[in-house]
Amino acid sequence: MDVKALVPGIVPGRMDKALIEAGFADLHPPLDDHEALVAADRCYFCHDAPCATACPTTIDIPLFIRQIATGTPEAAARTILSQNILGGMCARVCPTETLCEEVCVREVAEGKPVEIGRLQRYATDTLMAADVHPFERDAPTGKRIAVVGAGPAGLACAHRLAMMGHDVVLMDARPKPGGLNEYGIAAYKSTENFAAREVEWLMQIGGIELQSGVALGRDVTLGSLQAEYDAVFLGLGLGGVNALGVEGDDKAGVGDAVSFIADLRQASDLAALPVGRDVVVIGGGMTAVDAALQSKLLGALNVTIVYRRSQERMAASPYEQELAQARGVRIICNASPVAVHGNGSVRELEFEFTADDLAPTGERFRLPADQVFRAIGQTLTGDGLPELEGRKIAVDGTGRTSVPGVWAGGDCASGGDDLTVTAVAEGRDAAEDIHASLMEQANG
Amino acid sequence: MADLSSNFIGIKSPNPFWLASAPPTDKEYNVRRAYEAGWGGVVWKTLGEEGPPVVNVNGPRYGAIWGADRRLLGLNNIELITDRPLEVNLREMKSVKRDYPDRALVASIMVPCTEEAWKAILPLVEDTGADGVELNFGCPHGMSERGMGSAVGQVPEYIEMVTRWVKQYTRMPCIVKLTPNITDIRKPAMAAHAGGADAVSLINTINSITSVDLDLFAPEPTIDGKGAHGGYCGPAVKPIALNMVAEIARSPEMRGLPISGIGGVTTWKDAAEFMALGAGNVQVCTAAMTYGFKVVQEMISGLSQYLDEKEIALSDLIGRAVPNVSDWQHLNLNYISKARIDQDACISCGRCYAACEDTSHQAIDMSEDRVFTVKDDECVACNLCVNVCPIEGCITMERMEAGAIDPRTGRVVQAEPADWTTHPNNPMALKAAE
Repeated sequence: MDVKALVPGIVPGRMDKALIEAGFADLHPPLDDHEALVAADRCYFCHDAPCATACPTTIDIPLFIRQIATGTPEAAARTILSQNILGGMCARVCPTETLCEEVCVREVAEGKPVEIGRLQRYATDTLMAADVHPFERDAPTGKRIAVVGAGPAGLACAHRLAMMGHDVVLMDARPKPGGLNEYGIAAYKSTENFAAREVEWLMQIGGIELQSGVALGRDVTLGSLQAEYDAVFLGLGLGGVNALGVEGDDKAGVGDAVSFIADLRQASDLAALPVGRDVVVIGGGMTAVDAALQSKLLGALNVTIVYRRSQERMAASPYEQELAQARGVRIICNASPVAVHGNGSVRELEFEFTADDLAPTGERFRLPADQVFRAIGQTLTGDGLPELEGRKIAVDGTGRTSVPGVWAGGDCASGGDDLTVTAVAEGRDAAEDIHASLMEQANG
Repeated sequence: MADLSSNFIGIKSPNPFWLASAPPTDKEYNVRRAYEAGWGGVVWKTLGEEGPPVVNVNGPRYGAIWGADRRLLGLNNIELITDRPLEVNLREMKSVKRDYPDRALVASIMVPCTEEAWKAILPLVEDTGADGVELNFGCPHGMSERGMGSAVGQVPEYIEMVTRWVKQYTRMPCIVKLTPNITDIRKPAMAAHAGGADAVSLINTINSITSVDLDLFAPEPTIDGKGAHGGYCGPAVKPIALNMVAEIARSPEMRGLPISGIGGVTTWKDAAEFMALGAGNVQVCTAAMTYGFKVVQEMISGLSQYLDEKEIALSDLIGRAVPNVSDWQHLNLNYISKARIDQDACISCGRCYAACEDTSHQAIDMSEDRVFTVKDDECVACNLCVNVCPIEGCITMERMEAGAIDPRTGRVVQAEPADWTTHPNNPMALKAAE
């Protein structure tokens, strides 16, 4: 074992560089041509297929798989992308095991679904490798629309609007577009800079002006956007991270899982990224699993996810949990943090066992920790937003907010499952409604 | 283990699995290996007359169609008869037969349609110790352009004539191999029978173009931009072959004429089906060309197990299904069944619904929660749902009891069979005695 593996504290190079790189290789390697034909042949071409119904973007899955089976993956890609312009990323990050593949009749029959996600990737990769953008813009409408946030919702909205002939200004506070696709997805799900390549490919539609480093509330306000544009779409995402709310939360070594994941994604050399020897991740969702598993892949010796309720209630899918556990991540359930111990830097984390209703049991235990990640949810930040519902922007079925002329979608908006694919659906549907609304005004 | 030993027109072999006359049986090397692998017999690749050897193309000889995982479903070829000198083949046959006396060795022959040609070659073949001859009247490509192969097989008079010559000039049993590229297989079979053939073997390959190269706009297999039709074989042709075998087996004029069944035999089950329809043995080619000689071992174990389970001898299997091969007009029109969907087995793919709703009788109902049920008042028992259902045994056809009322017609199901010959809608119906 490399000596650095046992060094306490947060240090880089805990594992051999080659091992680290191998760990971060593509989680689901792409299908080759023959594998795709064989996988496609398993599709029964169901009538009114359950998989398509389960897809938040309602991709015609049997049709695209049949198009692959008959040697026309480009046509398959068009079928996918006409419903979901980020079909390439969704093929990589969708929890297919709880969406299309869960209801695949072959999953029901044999416990082995058609590999819809990988087939979708095969089709979209083929098209993108040919650098083909299969859509064209309609005649210009003369309308200008501001899309705030270049994450999945904003991108989907911008593309659909551009396609329908509108001019779009797409703003994002971060230096790069893509939102969570760029900064939030586990590195082994989006290899070879895919998020950035996909945005570049998407922008080929034309009519979308990207303004990076523009933040709502700092550089522009909702009022100024409303004055300048014919419509506004808010796809802000969730900028804030929930605090642990326990003593010692501010000690060195305690950080946000989302920042860690973003650092990982932006790192040019993973082996140079520091990681703790004893890593504890607090939370039960996809972010917790992503942070834990990637800590392990960087060489952390002990990685533990601690979740306050029972394992069945974890938001991370069973597949994701198993993935982490198979790589050596330990999952402790029914325990809430009560204190962070350490002299300046975190040294130990203290927990109390909690029932599913979060009632404390009085029994406590401690875990050694030199690095702690908070993954207990993100929150919407910002002032002067449309009315909220709970902690998110209230929207109706087509994304309309309380403010006329302002739509919202993605994680910042109420409803949805905080998935890339639902964000895409919301952005797309809002675009359709914005278009209908603007055209109605124009023809009014 | 059931006894699989076979006696086909006096030719004995340890099992009824022979390799058909084709590339696998072109030379001593292959045939020895085939016998070692367990093949009961071999029909040596077709011999031509003495003289300059036949010439083959030097581009692709085979074309194929595949399933998604490259499972070979059908193969076609444009290879001609043996392109090795006659004396070499004869020498090798003699050597092989000497070393494997318990195995069947039959010589396939194709020479021009003249008495002299047949008279000349038969003694040479006889001298090898071969157990019999098979007359290649089936090969549909190349040689047929020169008046041989299927060019003979398509003219019953020629078949009869040549068969007579063969029976006249050799004591060896004579099998006539038939081409399927005709309208009624019984006509050439009857000609062979009339000429004194000891048996017929069928089917030879079917005229075919396997595919078209959509860049070259040329048929496959393509030789320098052009293609010629080839002979189609393999699993895809089995249904055609089974029917032709059955047509001969149930023909009263040819009752008892031994048949060697050929056409897509890939497993023991295929072989059993051919034999149940009247074949005394089977000949195999494509399965061996796809998987190698070893496939015979599965055929032997499978057929043996089947016979043991059925507690019947091999001879009991032969022709056992022939009495049940009927004409449409004799099918029982009072046999009424309805599709039944086993809801526990159903995986709700909806293929039965799409097929029935779009292309059949609108007899399947689909509920909002994807439960599929048969509408008995519409179901004509066509079986399409059974055929398209991906789950074996999920949809079955259930016979209605006599006395029940068929909801589709409102009529009582009759216990007594009745067929078209007596049906009131048939203007030719046989009237009951008045």
